[in-house]
Amino acid sequence: MKVQQISIFLENKAGRLASVAKVLRDNKINIRALTVADTSDFGILRMIVNQPEKACEVLKTAGFMVKQNPVIAVQIEDREGLFYDLMSLCDKHNINIEYTYSFVEQTSNKAILFMRFEDTDAAIELFSKNGYKLLRNEEIRKI
Amino acid sequence: MIWNEQFETMPTNELRKFQLQNLKELVLRVYNRVPFYKEQMDKKGIKPSDIKSLEDIQKLPFITKTDMRDVYPYGLLATDMSEIVEIHASSGTTGKPVVDAYTQKDIEIWSEVMARTLSMGDTTKSDIVHNAYGYGLFTGGFGVHYGARKIGATVIPISGGNTKRQLSVMKDFGSSVLTCTPSYSLYLAEAARELGLDFSKFPIKAGFFGAEPWSENMRKEIESKLHLKAIDIYGLTEIIGPGVAAECECQDMLHIFEDHFYPEIIDPVTGQQLEDGKEGELVFTTLTKEGTPVIRYRTRDITYLNREKCRCGRTSVRMHRIMGRTDDMLIVRGVNLFPSQVEQVLLKIDGVEPHYQILVDRKGALDSLEVRVEMNETLFSDEIRYIENKEKEIEHALKEELLVHSKVKLVEPKSIERSEGKAKRVIDVRNI
Repeated sequence: MKVQQISIFLENKAGRLASVAKVLRDNKINIRALTVADTSDFGILRMIVNQPEKACEVLKTAGFMVKQNPVIAVQIEDREGLFYDLMSLCDKHNINIEYTYSFVEQTSNKAILFMRFEDTDAAIELFSKNGYKLLRNEEIRKI
Repeated sequence: MIWNEQFETMPTNELRKFQLQNLKELVLRVYNRVPFYKEQMDKKGIKPSDIKSLEDIQKLPFITKTDMRDVYPYGLLATDMSEIVEIHASSGTTGKPVVDAYTQKDIEIWSEVMARTLSMGDTTKSDIVHNAYGYGLFTGGFGVHYGARKIGATVIPISGGNTKRQLSVMKDFGSSVLTCTPSYSLYLAEAARELGLDFSKFPIKAGFFGAEPWSENMRKEIESKLHLKAIDIYGLTEIIGPGVAAECECQDMLHIFEDHFYPEIIDPVTGQQLEDGKEGELVFTTLTKEGTPVIRYRTRDITYLNREKCRCGRTSVRMHRIMGRTDDMLIVRGVNLFPSQVEQVLLKIDGVEPHYQILVDRKGALDSLEVRVEMNETLFSDEIRYIENKEKEIEHALKEELLVHSKVKLVEPKSIERSEGKAKRVIDVRNI
């Protein structure tokens, strides 16, 4: 029920994102979603891609510091109020979210939230019990 | 293994007689043949006949790197040019290079002291010496080469660079002794790991590392990553090249080949000789060299001397590994610090590798110190908080040791330039 996310360490200087993007392009890897968390000195680029293993390998070869982490991909209807439902569910059960980011599927009117938890398994259990649809790696690849 | 029992275990009184005899001859020779030395001695009112004991060496003037540059290229030559068989020179990165000209006898001395050096890590004629010091004007490559040849070992004169080839040659040719700079040895270890090569399967048993300052912790790291005994060797172009001093198998301070190179420790400010055990600037006089002899060369290296007999049986004086430089000493907000201290701290922290660079700047009237450390597997996490905590942990440890605050910045892997020779550790952009 987990989806592999890759995280890349980047110094805060010009051209670093472009060089990551170039490696992905040269290896024909497609990005599904991404977010950058930054401080004044460095940033962490987090990405969901169609081929996480390969992306990891080619980025490492190119000299980047890369790690894979499990996140959960929750698919919900793209409607107002549903994000609140999800958040309040986590809150009620004391499930701590490290961070989240999302994208909207234009064809199906669905939104996908990628979420990183302190306790991933507890989150999976909670969401499954409450009827949420969690996507797998294969499903992400097909989007 | 002791290469030259006679000289390396010579009783002290005999050694002193030998040194004095050579010192007297040296002073007379340079006074008559090298205008630079005559001028300097005349200025101080010293005649060769004033040198009656080894203590009298203190009457002689010092020579500095600047003096040597002023007489570039042949100003220190003490023989006819036709007697010179080989020339080496320093890189000259900070000015004109320093020239070392060798007679045939000088090359023999060099081979002898390097044979002693390599014997300290038990190099014998059965060994294959992988010599990754640069061949050329730099003294490293040829110094090791001559020593290994003298022993009768097999030399692989691979020189520096082309890391992949170094590793395949090492593996295929069965190199048993490695000679290169300490930072390059770690670079080799890193490259081997990336290529999936296992150093523990290589027949390498010893490594002779020098040409740049390193530390005890770095030794531990080299020994565990390359599976060899890491021996610290010391030398400088101004004196002869490598082969001035080296650690024996006890790895407990470096034996100075004092029958050829007479050491003193001085106070770098007053120039006064300091007693044994006191830290100060290392000064050398080449007792036996013919081509370009030097009298009281100020090395700018900081160490101290120990005359206690070593467990290995050698009687020569030993020096502590180089503790710093009088010139790479940084003064930041009034506090003296050496890059080696930063390295010591980093190596003590779990998961931190000694790939670092120190940046000193001045904002307004205040010096700022930034220590850049390369990100690696252990330090990296998907969480910003974790990385920031690591930075703080390193900052805290540095503050404890250096007594001055530094900002730690984790940078991308391999973004700090790895010269295959000497690593550039300090960037000082202050306009003072």
